[in-house]
Amino acid sequence: MDKVKTIDARGLSCPVPVVLTKKAVEQNPSSLQVIVDNVAAKENVSRYATAMGYNIKAEEKDNEETLLTLEKK
Amino acid sequence: MKKEKTMIIVTGAIIGIAAILLVMLGNPKNMGFCIACFIRDITGSLQLHSVEKLQYARPEIFAIILGSFTVANIKGEYKTTGGSSPILRFFLGFFIMIGALVFLGCPLRMVLRLGGGDGKAVFALFGFIGGIFIGSKFLNQGFSLGRTYKIEKFGSYGFMAAILLLTVLTAFSLIGKPELEAHAPFIASFVFAIVVGVMAQRTRFCMVGAYRDMFLFKDTTLFFGTLSLFVVVLVGNIITGNFSFSITGENAIWYFLSMGLVGFAASLAGGCPLRQLILAGEGNTDSIITIIGMVFGAAIAHNFKMASSPTTVNTNGKIAVIVGLVVITAIAVLITKQRKNELKKLGL
Repeated sequence: MDKVKTIDARGLSCPVPVVLTKKAVEQNPSSLQVIVDNVAAKENVSRYATAMGYNIKAEEKDNEETLLTLEKK
Repeated sequence: MKKEKTMIIVTGAIIGIAAILLVMLGNPKNMGFCIACFIRDITGSLQLHSVEKLQYARPEIFAIILGSFTVANIKGEYKTTGGSSPILRFFLGFFIMIGALVFLGCPLRMVLRLGGGDGKAVFALFGFIGGIFIGSKFLNQGFSLGRTYKIEKFGSYGFMAAILLLTVLTAFSLIGKPELEAHAPFIASFVFAIVVGVMAQRTRFCMVGAYRDMFLFKDTTLFFGTLSLFVVVLVGNIITGNFSFSITGENAIWYFLSMGLVGFAASLAGGCPLRQLILAGEGNTDSIITIIGMVFGAAIAHNFKMASSPTTVNTNGKIAVIVGLVVITAIAVLITKQRKNELKKLGL
């Protein structure tokens, strides 16, 4: 099984986190992780991933970061 | 319908209603809300340009920033950040303003002008969408202004203090020449704009994102905000008797190119002028730099006769738009090239 790819989108402002997620999703992985650190990025990546047929699990870290885990439905 | 979409439709409608009401209360026709024009007037109130009739420090701008600041703090989203290509953002802001003052309107006012029956805005809209289309191509290939970092809180709080001070000075007519420019009463402008600031912060309303998200992700959420704004303004103008349709081909190419410049530059900057105000209110000092670039652009545009009048597009304005398109293209091409290599290393 392939190693789960992690996209570090910390400090990147929209739409860049979603563009990076899109690039990774285009490789059709069964799962993917995205680290974001602002609410707009979290919402936008989640919205895009949902539309692309992924389930999203959001894990809040204590330093304002969120680890989004995307799993293919 | 999803909650997000409903909220963005409500926000577009609120901006439209606020614009119509502010015109009824005294703001210039089809300029109930214009981020670029209002920043230009604030620039004049600070004596950075000397057009006497454009020197009212518009409280709408301050209120939008303060509305965003307040709600971002309540929701725990306020964070002082900076360091994402500030100088490039300054130039993006500068050319956004140049483009907006050649057309005479930011993307928001373009839609207000469309809803008032101003046919010139149709050419501008095509240019604007074209500019965003090109910007989105670069974004899709990896264009990014780079990471922003958490920085000293002082940076953003200092800006907020300045905004608060300007608000007080405007409230008591202590700066600018409010008597020479049509405007709604301070309190009405302030209250409506606070509501707009709060709603736009919650929904991420953005005139550029509306088209960009469709081009990049086939996501129509933000577009519905623009659409509802247009419908409300159109109906509102018809009801209040402010709708009059006119269209001529004169200067069409310049309205097309100037708003093309705005769309292109703003898509690289991460959002329309309104969105920059909202981000600034959330503590994003990169957006504050973009706004300062817009102020500088407004000063240059008026001091060097680049800004248009309602009937004429000046030669200097035409030259500035062409220069702007060349500079923004160069920024886009050079940065995208660099980022492509970085993406390759990440296997994307």
